[in-house]
Amino acid sequence: MAGLCILLLELAVVLIVPPMLRWPPNVTDASVGFWAAPSAVHWLGTDDVGRDIFARLLAGGRVSLMVGGASAAISVLLGAPLGVVAGYYRGGWEFAIMRLADVFQCFPSIVVILCLVSLVGPSVVNIILVIGIMGWPVIARLTYSAALTVRQKPYVEAARLGGASQAVVLREEVLPGAVAPVWAALAFRVGRAILSESSLSFLGVGIRTPQASWGNLIQYASQITVLTGRPWVWIPPGICILMTILAVNAVGEGLRRAMDPREEGRHA
Amino acid sequence: MAQYLIKRILTAVPVFFGITLAVFLMLQAAPGTAADLAGAGEFTSADQQAVEAALGLDQPLPIRYLRWLSGLLRFDLGRSFQSGRAVMPVIAQRIAPSLLLTGTGVLLAVAAALPLGVLSACRPHGLLDRVSTAVAFAGSGLPGFFVSLLAVYFFAVRLRLLPASGMYTAGGSGTVGDLLRHLVLPACVIALSNFGSLLKQTRSACMEVFSEPFMQSARSRGIGAWAVVVRHGFRNALPPVLTTVLGHIPHLIGGSMVVECIFGWPGMGSLMLAAIRSRDYAIAMGVTVLVALAVLGANLLLDVLYGIADPRVSYTRSGQ
Repeated sequence: MAGLCILLLELAVVLIVPPMLRWPPNVTDASVGFWAAPSAVHWLGTDDVGRDIFARLLAGGRVSLMVGGASAAISVLLGAPLGVVAGYYRGGWEFAIMRLADVFQCFPSIVVILCLVSLVGPSVVNIILVIGIMGWPVIARLTYSAALTVRQKPYVEAARLGGASQAVVLREEVLPGAVAPVWAALAFRVGRAILSESSLSFLGVGIRTPQASWGNLIQYASQITVLTGRPWVWIPPGICILMTILAVNAVGEGLRRAMDPREEGRHA
Repeated sequence: MAQYLIKRILTAVPVFFGITLAVFLMLQAAPGTAADLAGAGEFTSADQQAVEAALGLDQPLPIRYLRWLSGLLRFDLGRSFQSGRAVMPVIAQRIAPSLLLTGTGVLLAVAAALPLGVLSACRPHGLLDRVSTAVAFAGSGLPGFFVSLLAVYFFAVRLRLLPASGMYTAGGSGTVGDLLRHLVLPACVIALSNFGSLLKQTRSACMEVFSEPFMQSARSRGIGAWAVVVRHGFRNALPPVLTTVLGHIPHLIGGSMVVECIFGWPGMGSLMLAAIRSRDYAIAMGVTVLVALAVLGANLLLDVLYGIADPRVSYTRSGQ
């Protein structure tokens, strides 16, 4: 519950507060200059071109939460149906889909995400698409094994004997039974996606300035003077990432317990 | 048994082609080719075509794939887009440092997570279990790069206890002690970010085994509590735990990329990042394909060892 509260609070702050701020995230405050220390006007100081860091923290939060949510949704929309199809039809479908999942899972995801984003260009939409597409096998494996169990259930048998077509049985009977484990996995994917995006932006190959993201705010810490002398620049976005991922994971953990009383989770 | 092994190895074949084809296609989609490099801007289009013909770039895609694949099998990954040097030796000298760093990190994580996991499972919801579960949960959300920066900030900059970057002190004698001092921080970051899931896996595997009838029968025969846990319980819980450890390897290489980059560790991760930044896709894809094939090989080996070690496996797994 605490996780959900933190998440909702974060969403509310990130959506409601920015228009009320005196300094928009992309405007230079010439009166205080570059790298101003925190003050009553600029709560977290200003960055290398005199932009308000607090405003950028909120703007970055919007981007990070959006990337997390949207790419997790893409992973689920791709993975869940593929897994169900593989588990229900079996045979050629199963072979093709599950071997494709094997191929995807042999690559460390951040490595491929890095390559692909560098090939297609680091726009927000591209980053969402790449992270989302790379996440499908985890989801597909869950719905796959759930579908393997569900297809043996008597009610599925009954529907089939009742003359329903394969597609109808799949959509009406198997799919609802096989998506139960997806909800928790969706939450975990949001956390993973936020981590991927921020790592990417931190490494300088993700979201680039002037667009703010938590990752590229922390990137300033690769300058030794910022790392040692201006911790207020890079510690707040780090704590935001940490809190968000913990909150999302807590939600996922709660959903997992609710769906599976046996307490077991392989792809956390 | 033999049937299971053959089946398992055969399923790896399409995955092998899938991996290599995916990397090859990404390489094709990459801007810049070896022919551009040779030209360096002074070529006419006729020269360009001649060089492309000489390099075989005018051949149709399937032929180029087969050529690239046969090169890969001979450990020939082509030449760097930037320097023109052969890619394989450049990558090869980065393998040992990467293995050293991730290996140490994983060993530290396993050394902490295994005993704690077993003990937590002995007394579920006890104090130790609660504390270690909380630590594991906090660890699961830690962004590696942020933890690395915090580690550098506190231990290297503030306290001046440990060096912040590199494998050896520049200009130093390069002793083992120096290496170890440089290894501490990055290895601990890697250990910390893997500790959580290892602990969770060990705990749930042990819980499952501890509730089996043979554990109760061992206890009822009057075998000491510890002997039951260690000899009967832990031994049976070990295979799923090992799977988790090995299943971590691909994530590790990804996660260690960020850590390597921050600590200036001369491994494959920092090589890969430098290659991506300078758009040297020959090196980037070289690292990618080697890592993916290593993961494929490790998974295959693990399943084969499983099949040999545990006769139950060949029945359950070959049936799927």
